[in-house]
Amino acid sequence: MTVQLEFLRSILYFSGLGFAELESIKEFIFEKTVDRAEIVLLEGESAENLYFVASGVVKVFKTSVEGKEQILSIVRPGESFNDVPIFDGGLNRVTAQAMGPVLLYGIKRNDMETIVKDHPQISLNIIKVLASRIRHLVSLVADLSFKHVIGRVAKILVEHIGGEMGRGPRLTQQEMAAMAGTAREVVGRSLKELEDAGAIKLDRHRIVITDKETLQKIVEMAY
Amino acid sequence: MAEMPVIEPQKCNGCGLCVSVCICGALVLVNNVITIVKTVECDWCTDCEAVCTTGAVSCPFEIVIQKP
Repeated sequence: MTVQLEFLRSILYFSGLGFAELESIKEFIFEKTVDRAEIVLLEGESAENLYFVASGVVKVFKTSVEGKEQILSIVRPGESFNDVPIFDGGLNRVTAQAMGPVLLYGIKRNDMETIVKDHPQISLNIIKVLASRIRHLVSLVADLSFKHVIGRVAKILVEHIGGEMGRGPRLTQQEMAAMAGTAREVVGRSLKELEDAGAIKLDRHRIVITDKETLQKIVEMAY
Repeated sequence: MAEMPVIEPQKCNGCGLCVSVCICGALVLVNNVITIVKTVECDWCTDCEAVCTTGAVSCPFEIVIQKP
């Protein structure tokens, strides 16, 4: 398989470049195929390469010492990951894992520096990518630090219990996120926290409230 | 048969990301539109919903009280 110029052109990093310039950048790009669940980057290791997803999906996350996972982003075709350590020279701050079969385009750190020096006009594109990354992370930090998201999610569950008369409304994690004013990734984490607290049990497509009293207490603590 | 993720074909752009992340083969593209294959192996991981950018796939939860 060869790196497609049209694909490179669709990547924000290289937006505005002509085919001749993309051809010269192509020389620095290598391909990497990854299987489902394979780890592409491990938190704490040195950062060697910048990656663009050509096909498939990559999950970027951090893991706590207790083994809890917080997804930071889901990287789809045309998007990049590992940008920050490539430019600041630090270690990987996150782990990246393939969610299915994935094709990556990689650029080594030194080669990326050469590309930026040779094509300084892409600097503004890179700033835009990094700025949007900061915007996303600031929003996530605010959700995780200031809002009582777990309480809000607990409240949503209490308010949407199916009654004796039949099924209540069915809610997706996306819908719960919109209701709680947070990101879908935070709802997934909140549901796991509620399960750990013994208030609910995730049973495939059902959220079973196993201890309504505990769930109610979590709601009250948040308001 | 077990509940399956819900598909809204009119929203599907045929990108196939949901198919690529589905571990149990519950999703296939037919004529570039996502289609469900019923399987008992779907464990509601919701990855298909997470990666879909158009809202064509959703994994809704029913909220119930545990029976005594």
